[in-house]
Amino acid sequence: MLRVSDLHARVEEHEILRGVDLQVEAGEVHAVMGPNGSGKSTLAQVLAGREDYEVTAGSLEFDGDDLQEMAPEERAHAGLFLAFQYPVEIPGVGNSYFLKAALNATRKARGEQALDAMDFLRLLRERANLVDVDEALLRRPVNEGFSGGEKKRNEILQMAVLEPRLAVLDETDSGLDIDALKTVAAGVNALRREDRAFVVITHYQRLLNYIVPDHVHVLLDGRIVRSGGSGLALELEERGYAGITEASAGGSGG
Amino acid sequence: MATATDTIEALAQRDYEYGFVTDVEQDTAPPGLSEEIIAFISAKKNEPQWLLDWRLHAYRGWLKMVEPQWANVRYEPIDYQSICYYAAPKSDDDRPRSLDEIDPEILATYEKLGIPLREQEVLAGVAVDAVFDSVSVATTFREKLAELGVIFCSFSEAVQDHPELVRKYLGTVVPRRDNFFAALNSAVFSDGSFVYIPKGVRCPMELSTYFRINAMNTGQFERTLIIADEGSHVSYLEGCTAPMRDENQLHAAVVELVAHEDAQIKYSTVQNWYPGDKQGVGGIYNFVTKRGLCAGRRSKISWTQVETGSAVTWKYPSCILKGDDSVGEFYSVAVSNNRQQADTGTKMIHIGKRTSSTIVSKGISAGEGQNTYRGSVRILRSAEDARNFSQCDSMLIGDRCGAHTFPYIDVANPSAQMEHEASTSKIGEDQVFYCNQRGIETEDAVSMIVNGFCKEVFRELPMEFAVEAQKLLEVSLEGSVG
Repeated sequence: MLRVSDLHARVEEHEILRGVDLQVEAGEVHAVMGPNGSGKSTLAQVLAGREDYEVTAGSLEFDGDDLQEMAPEERAHAGLFLAFQYPVEIPGVGNSYFLKAALNATRKARGEQALDAMDFLRLLRERANLVDVDEALLRRPVNEGFSGGEKKRNEILQMAVLEPRLAVLDETDSGLDIDALKTVAAGVNALRREDRAFVVITHYQRLLNYIVPDHVHVLLDGRIVRSGGSGLALELEERGYAGITEASAGGSGG
Repeated sequence: MATATDTIEALAQRDYEYGFVTDVEQDTAPPGLSEEIIAFISAKKNEPQWLLDWRLHAYRGWLKMVEPQWANVRYEPIDYQSICYYAAPKSDDDRPRSLDEIDPEILATYEKLGIPLREQEVLAGVAVDAVFDSVSVATTFREKLAELGVIFCSFSEAVQDHPELVRKYLGTVVPRRDNFFAALNSAVFSDGSFVYIPKGVRCPMELSTYFRINAMNTGQFERTLIIADEGSHVSYLEGCTAPMRDENQLHAAVVELVAHEDAQIKYSTVQNWYPGDKQGVGGIYNFVTKRGLCAGRRSKISWTQVETGSAVTWKYPSCILKGDDSVGEFYSVAVSNNRQQADTGTKMIHIGKRTSSTIVSKGISAGEGQNTYRGSVRILRSAEDARNFSQCDSMLIGDRCGAHTFPYIDVANPSAQMEHEASTSKIGEDQVFYCNQRGIETEDAVSMIVNGFCKEVFRELPMEFAVEAQKLLEVSLEGSVG
């Protein structure tokens, strides 16, 4: 589904990604872990097509299409979703109005009929229920005055409504207490499907107790230095990123 | 909107009945301003002597006044002697024969706003071939109002038919020599609207200039007077979202509102006059004096405006809160795109006890537009327990535009409660990207963000006006984000 090969990217003059390879198939959950400044969020932004991030080498393919040829909204229409680390506030714009506009823009781009207000409301209620989001949140302006937990839950709700093929979760666990973390993780798990893949970007192993990944990758200094099964996350927890660096340095030397 | 054609229908019928026959031979005054010209205008309109004297007093005052320089706007000096101050409504022969003769850019805007073809013709001033057999909506409308004792007519008609009311109220809210442009208007005003709502009457429909027979060609010096007698309510709509074709560059209107005890006046404006081209050439100068007097106890005046047009706007709809417990409100959205300049805001003058005022101003600047909020809240010594809430928000789109805020607060009574909030935000790339990532294209995203920003004002507009205003904002800001 997603093929990232030898990806190099920079912001202004700083090269942040220095040759990332990542392959994600439908139905899989991949965790990308790494310390601050390793390039995790850059990877998420590059996948979503943020303009400030310049791809200098390598390739990005989504279902065989070159992502670099696609505008951010086209990537969204193709089924790529990014749950933002810092969801943006849009004052005065109702949350459900926003979601309806988003869903119908996507449906239109796919040549499908736009949902009318009644059908949309039914869908919205059902999905809000699925990911355990309070209906009061739907009536408030997009993310305005939301607590950290509400913002993250709102991202999961948007994902539930838009039904992407590939969801990238950028530090969705940051700033959440354990209860909020569990709710968010339960929401994600409710959306796991055979034809849907997840890339879960996180600093801490904690989230992966609740969203169990099929593959774990360690991103360090703009490169994936180790990949493994879910056990790798536990190893990280024990030895820290420094331990992993030594191990990988040793590995490449031997 | 659908009734605009009916208005024309009514116009056409009126032409048929009376024609444009007047007792003065010329139809147009030569350019320039003098006492003779004013006498000519007054004679053309068959005005009583007192009104001519009233005009001349204004004119003599104007001669000694200087054009205000304090506004944060720049424009070429106006040559007042080159302006033509009276022109009879155009005959069909002088008007465009069809829409083919109209500037394609204006037509494109009509298309975007979804205006039906017939209304486009009316707005563009096309000579409509008027053969109608139905009774016009406008006439029925007037009859219905007349049953309730509501007077809604052109200012000129009011001078003829209700001289006692005109004489009693004219200039009581905006004195003849109030300011340079008001004095000019008082000297040469062409026409406008007159509304009187009798005691205890709630006007059953929104009064719109659309419905007023003779609404077209009111010219550049419009004069409006609205009186709400005790306990009456009225909602008045001015302007329309479609850009009006107009050959006069300078517009200096005066609007006076009087609300007696327990009366309420809601005055909503959508202004979309030609803003000039992208270099700012040829746009309208809109220098307007609008003021309401809350004369009686518990009276209320609300101004709501959506200003997207004109090259230069100078406009401060104000409330004088004289009656105890009276309420003044000002809700405004002002957009300046390309080279547009707007210096707009309000004045709330608290005189009566427990008077309260609310100001919500949303300024949007795009392109090289400059948007200034200028507001004044004055609490006089007599105004025990007065309250004011002001909120002034500015939004910048792009990095070549400007937003400026000049709030003046003057409190002479220590019991006053004042709240002032202000913010400036840049329409964020991160907001647009967030929308993009959810599948929403950039233009739609900008329009959504801007509409959200203006929501507190739009919800004060009458329903169908609000929908039109949103659409208008979209068209006005088209292409402002890359």
